[in-house]
Amino acid sequence: METRELICIGCPLGCALKVEIDQGKPVNITGNTCKRGEDYARKEVVNPTRIVTSTVAVEGGSQRTVSVKTREDIPKEKIFEVIKALKGVSVQAPVHIGDVVVCNAADTGVDVVATRNVI
Amino acid sequence: MIKYDIVIVGGGPAGLSAALSAKENGAESILVLERDKELGGILNQCIHNGFGLHTFQEELTGPEYAARFIEKLKEAQIAYKLDTMVISISSDKVVTAMNGKDGILTIQAKAVILAMGCRERSRGALNIPGYRPAGVYSAGTAQRLVNIEGLLPGREAVILGSGDIGLIMARRLTLEGAKVKVVVELLPYSGGLKRNIVQCLDDFNIPLKLSHTVVDIDGKDRVKGVTIAQVDQDRKPIPGTEQYYACDTLLLSCGLIPENELSQELGVAIHPATSGPRVDESFQTSVEGVFACGNVLHVHDLVDFVSKEAKAAGRHAALFVRDGAGRKKCREVPILAENGVRYTVPCSIHPEQMEDAQTVRFRVGDVYRNCFICVYLDENCISRKKRLVAVPGEMEEVILQKKDLQAVLGLSQITVRIEEA
Repeated sequence: METRELICIGCPLGCALKVEIDQGKPVNITGNTCKRGEDYARKEVVNPTRIVTSTVAVEGGSQRTVSVKTREDIPKEKIFEVIKALKGVSVQAPVHIGDVVVCNAADTGVDVVATRNVI
Repeated sequence: MIKYDIVIVGGGPAGLSAALSAKENGAESILVLERDKELGGILNQCIHNGFGLHTFQEELTGPEYAARFIEKLKEAQIAYKLDTMVISISSDKVVTAMNGKDGILTIQAKAVILAMGCRERSRGALNIPGYRPAGVYSAGTAQRLVNIEGLLPGREAVILGSGDIGLIMARRLTLEGAKVKVVVELLPYSGGLKRNIVQCLDDFNIPLKLSHTVVDIDGKDRVKGVTIAQVDQDRKPIPGTEQYYACDTLLLSCGLIPENELSQELGVAIHPATSGPRVDESFQTSVEGVFACGNVLHVHDLVDFVSKEAKAAGRHAALFVRDGAGRKKCREVPILAENGVRYTVPCSIHPEQMEDAQTVRFRVGDVYRNCFICVYLDENCISRKKRLVAVPGEMEEVILQKKDLQAVLGLSQITVRIEEA
């Protein structure tokens, strides 16, 4: 049995988690103070994921960029591929929060959406 | 002269929340003054996620968090002026502001809420030797350049200071294709949240060097490199530990300072530990009818707590306008910060006027392990809360109950202190 120590990134509390891993599977999680911590630990030892945030260019708006995010978390090893998929993307103003900017970014099955309004 | 019941200086998270709360609590005529071209303050450039878990029970980015408040402000038809700079506030609450459209504005308010936020400690304040080449930015400036202006400040960066903005920018620059060579922290511990060490540095294998600082900046027109060195217990560089890093950019993330020039001119008493106004439990400063909330009061880690604090300040300002001078004067009890507790907000409390429970927020001055956070009413300890670890980078709180305070006859002081096991 292997034990891994993690810092939860679910919220700013940053709980210190201990995960006991048996044959690649998390079997016991301690140190978390909420359900979010348990979910994070379970994912982090098997398939770590992250929300990716960035910006893309916007044409004809009140500013040159619009901030975006992956609507859900994506596999950690795909972070740079998602960022690459955003390079060269340009959207036309007006853009609204929640507008899809890139569908199924880097084959993650997750859309990238705008996180601010640019009029 | 224009007249408003409540004038709020600053349209960032604190100003927005205070305005909404003042309206909900019966204030009718409210004006928010914002110097930027849009509402939302610094949240607009904080495009990362992690905001709103407390306020909305979901994880939002900065602009999304701001947009929720801005929409509510517009729905509530609260007046605001953009591109408007407040240049003075008088003790009789005349606010002088200016913008390109109206020229000089003089506004008579019944109450003023200070919500100007904070600014970053600059290179000048850090006394780093060397020339003054291009390529030295505060982390927040770099954040604005990348996230709002769409410009990359450099290709190879060193970051001094491990505050949250520095950590966030280490990740952001890396994603944008720059190489962040190292994050250097003077103190033996990071000033940022643990989660940001994990997801901004560890995820990208960016080294963090604690107890190190930048001792020289090389380059005359543009940064060519920086020399870092280890520091001893007195934070003095240790000779012989110097290392040179070639880079074209140095970001500074070395602390935030509440922006209180207006408050000081107005005569508001400033707390030396926070550089923010001294306030009582109603967030009222030493000048009657002038309230303060958010990062102008004390620097927060979490916007959710700013919104919560500003909500209380807005409510108290609305009650002040309603009750005016008719509010009875009652006994004020000081809250003393001792033994590792650097300050408290509020720093005094009126037991007769307070609400049933009052949150007192504070920071500790050092890293404490297995300690107790203790509250004393005069000589008597009423609460002794065990903490596995308390660090300066993370705000702490205790809650005072009105019934406990009222049970002590002639209560003269409240003390919050750290006691080691």
